[in-house]
Amino acid sequence: MGILEVKGVNKSFGGLRALSDVNLNVEEGTVHAIIGPNGAGKSTLLNCFIGKLIPDSGTVLFDNQSLLGIQPHEINQLGVSRVFQTPEIFSDLTVFENVIIACFAKRDGAFELNAIVSVASQKDMHEKAKQMLIDVNMIDKRNEIASSLSRGDKRRLEMAMCLAQDPKLLLLDEPTAGMARADTNNTIDLLKEIQAARGITMAIIEHDMHVVFSLAEKISVLAQGTVIVEDKPENIKGNPKVQEAYLGGAH
Amino acid sequence: MLGLNKKDFGLLTIVIILTVFAPFILNPFPEGSALAQFNAGYPDLMQRLVIFGIFAIGFNILFGLTGYLSFGHAAFLGAGSYAGIWMIKLLTLNIIPAIIASVIVAGLFSLIVGWISLRRSGIYFSILTLAFAQMSYSLAYSVLTPITGGETGLQPKVSDPRIFDAALAEGTTPRANFFGMFMNDSYELSLAGWVFTFNVGYYIAAIFMVIAFYISIRIFRSPFGLMLRAVKSNQQRLNYTGIQSKPYTLAAFVISGMYAGLAGGLLVAMDTQAGAERMFWTASGEVVLMTILGGSGTLIGPVLGAGFIKYFENIVSKINESILQAWFSFMPEALQEFFVAIFYPFIGKGWHLTLGLIFMLVVIFLPGGLMEGGKRISDLFRRKSKTDSGSGKVAPEAAE
Repeated sequence: MGILEVKGVNKSFGGLRALSDVNLNVEEGTVHAIIGPNGAGKSTLLNCFIGKLIPDSGTVLFDNQSLLGIQPHEINQLGVSRVFQTPEIFSDLTVFENVIIACFAKRDGAFELNAIVSVASQKDMHEKAKQMLIDVNMIDKRNEIASSLSRGDKRRLEMAMCLAQDPKLLLLDEPTAGMARADTNNTIDLLKEIQAARGITMAIIEHDMHVVFSLAEKISVLAQGTVIVEDKPENIKGNPKVQEAYLGGAH
Repeated sequence: MLGLNKKDFGLLTIVIILTVFAPFILNPFPEGSALAQFNAGYPDLMQRLVIFGIFAIGFNILFGLTGYLSFGHAAFLGAGSYAGIWMIKLLTLNIIPAIIASVIVAGLFSLIVGWISLRRSGIYFSILTLAFAQMSYSLAYSVLTPITGGETGLQPKVSDPRIFDAALAEGTTPRANFFGMFMNDSYELSLAGWVFTFNVGYYIAAIFMVIAFYISIRIFRSPFGLMLRAVKSNQQRLNYTGIQSKPYTLAAFVISGMYAGLAGGLLVAMDTQAGAERMFWTASGEVVLMTILGGSGTLIGPVLGAGFIKYFENIVSKINESILQAWFSFMPEALQEFFVAIFYPFIGKGWHLTLGLIFMLVVIFLPGGLMEGGKRISDLFRRKSKTDSGSGKVAPEAAE
């Protein structure tokens, strides 16, 4: 049984049917990519996972719990972390503060008025944040202000923040969009390392075929709001349905 | 020490020393000299310096950390004042119940206002808080007159119940006290030409300010404070990190409301009166100016801003035309007239014009406020000493 199960999801905006009967099953411990041409409904589908949109019908189950209609912070606390298209970090804080916030969030939950203790006295959280920065190879930049980092480093920082929460599922929304080739390859290596070391389940939404075929163990192809193929990468490339979807056979 | 790191403890020590020796520091000029009008070492002004310092420290916890700009904090100051004066009228002339009640009432009031206003952010939040404050002001003037005294405000009277106190003799004025020490009692020390005034009320307010400052350092350095800064930086990421921002912003709002209430209670303790004008929007605007002028988001900036504004308000308002004429009397008459005419709009009642100009200059040239100015000057000196010695690494320091 999958950790993330999407069953019969439909979503329309006015007369436009963005998603029609989408079924998807992300197995625990795997890297699952969702690809598709522009306008296929990838972002709409992602927004259904994270509480931004509620589908007209269908279910989205994570660990046998419905993700529909609950707040982003509740989804996160269930164990879903999200990496954004443009890295979302606390840009006016230091790299270290960014990560330790994620550590506190994991420990304290949605709200805790712990104004009596000082951040400096929380040694275990310091250790954890440091370890996360070592894992993503950012420890020497820990005192830099996050906004001064390069795009690739911002992505690393965001990954460190997500990993600090020990997520069961990592959602990645075009993690290499707008990156230079070197940064893209770095990110791929980083994701591979993380996957190898921790075995975190990842669901990646991506345009870049290079990224998808380097990482994914399973690929779902989305076209015109529905999953047309779900298969292993080696079978996807030669699939005539996929070629048709990408090369515009739909017209 | 006291749960602070070395640098913060140093900062706290400096604040303690400054407040203890303020009667000396603020009175640098001998009595009767031409510059004596720049002295600020009299009780009324010193009390205001520390009380508005508390107000600004609290405001900074909301605005400096979370970035939510409240334009209605004077409402909490006013609510605290009314709560305080009622304690003085009903219970006792001892200031302690008054101060406790003012903090509690302001806290509850800010909980309601914050709970509603924090449904929105940005400009809408500011407008909502402003609307609440102006509503409170209008209510205090009209419908709530039985509680607030309307235009005349509230003062303690000999005939008040004061259930804990012995009755006062007819004709005496009720004076607020702290276990027998009257707020307006002062000890004057004459040294050569100087006269230094040590006032009971000032030192009590100063103790409260030091405690308030200490608590604000602890909040700044706590995980809670870190979360507040995260709210300012990126709410979206915070939510996707499993944190709900509203309880944090509401807690910050209530804490800063309680600080405002404390300031209101202390104002009542010092001058034993409360009026609706304390809730007027200009009073809310003033604390915003203090915080930005001093440096919002820094620990000590708001205190400096409050001191700066209250000091110059008093000094500049006191200057009148004849003083100006005396200053320029060394010039030929035509020039003297000219300079007096130029400076006249900026003094006395024109103080707000001066404040406006200073504020514009600071915001344009020193966006980080007076703290940034201080940092730039110290950087300048450090760079100089660095080039002099030709070596040594300069560690960048935060402006806190």
